[in-house]
Amino acid sequence: MDDAPVRSEWPLYEVFLRGKRGLNHVHVGSLHAADPQMALHHARDLYTRRNEGVSIWVVAAADITASSPDEKDPFFAPSGDKVYRHPTFYEIPDDVPHM
Amino acid sequence: MTALADGRAGELEAHFDETIARDRRIEPRDWMPDHYRATMIRQIAQHAHSEIIGMQPEGNWITRAPSLRRKAVLIAKVQDEAGHGMYLYSAAETLGADRADLTAKLVSGRQKYSSIFNYPTLTYADVGVIGWLVDGAAICNQVPLCRSSYGPYARAMVRICKEESFHQRQGYELLMTMMRGSEAQRAMVQDATNRFWWPSLMMFGPPDDQSPNTAQSMAWGIKRHTNDELRQRFVDMTVPQAGKLGVTLPDPDLTWNSERGHYDFGAVDWAEFTAVLKGNGPCNAQRVAQRKAAHDDGAWVREAAAARAAKQAARDRAAREQDTREQDTA
Repeated sequence: MDDAPVRSEWPLYEVFLRGKRGLNHVHVGSLHAADPQMALHHARDLYTRRNEGVSIWVVAAADITASSPDEKDPFFAPSGDKVYRHPTFYEIPDDVPHM
Repeated sequence: MTALADGRAGELEAHFDETIARDRRIEPRDWMPDHYRATMIRQIAQHAHSEIIGMQPEGNWITRAPSLRRKAVLIAKVQDEAGHGMYLYSAAETLGADRADLTAKLVSGRQKYSSIFNYPTLTYADVGVIGWLVDGAAICNQVPLCRSSYGPYARAMVRICKEESFHQRQGYELLMTMMRGSEAQRAMVQDATNRFWWPSLMMFGPPDDQSPNTAQSMAWGIKRHTNDELRQRFVDMTVPQAGKLGVTLPDPDLTWNSERGHYDFGAVDWAEFTAVLKGNGPCNAQRVAQRKAAHDDGAWVREAAAARAAKQAARDRAAREQDTREQDTA
């Protein structure tokens, strides 16, 4: 028996859905398709069978650049030590209204 | 391995263990032990294959549905099973598996699917009983998996569980309708219940003392309850449903045990389970052959679509180059 792994003939696309107007697109999963138009149709059939979306984005998975978990700490370090970006950093007396 | 590399590996493993211990999710690009990755791929692939093969027993009845309403419901249900398979293959791919490779492993018998789908569907009552018992057992198994430690699998399970509820309810409603019908229809429901009851109990897997991987899977948070716990939960849920429906579950030992607060039930025939799992069930060969035929028959479509996409991409590229040249000379 041939044990060499078989590769898909169609590339992988990641699918993002806008659940309803006023919300961001959110990643929901992936699928294989020959081209972006087909990916869009497959995404509709697969991820919106029950009105889960009003808008779909598909992106070839190979085109996504992501941060690597290995560099997690150093990569996000710049925001780690800037507590003054949060409103809770500032002491305001309780009796100052509307703050 | 150098001392430095050893230290790094230990650090990664400690981080993984800590994530599990805090009941946080493991995400695709995180470091994970090879054994965890392999176990997850096997679990998700087996689940995906079950959804895909699971289209066959009921799909068998689409052309012979008794009414347009039942036909529309059954098509929607079978389409959902395909969708569940796709959600799960998608989750498996986040671990580095390729779904074409998983399909190849399924049709060559190197990966398994749930033993329940190797039983035949003899009457339309089977469609109802599959919704009620088989999907009911699947829900019992799957609800805790919405908290699986592997993020993409847990998220796929949330979607699936929402849709399974429709599957179970349409099945039970179908059976209630048949039970209000003729004597012959009631007999069909009882017969289907008799045939699917024990195989449904087998869906939870071997008894705990014969399930060697359970401890590791529970420690990793990829299994949340033991096989016997889930089986008991299913029995307790189903007995009153059978009573309401007016069918008898085919187990003379089924009795309420007030001390335990659970139903006692008879011994499952594990020899039958093992035989079906090994490929000797009534429909194993047919199910795999049909999956292989569907895949092989679709080869020309996949090739044609890929060829068209390549041609279109070449045309788009040529048009863009033409535009650039015209802009340069303008």
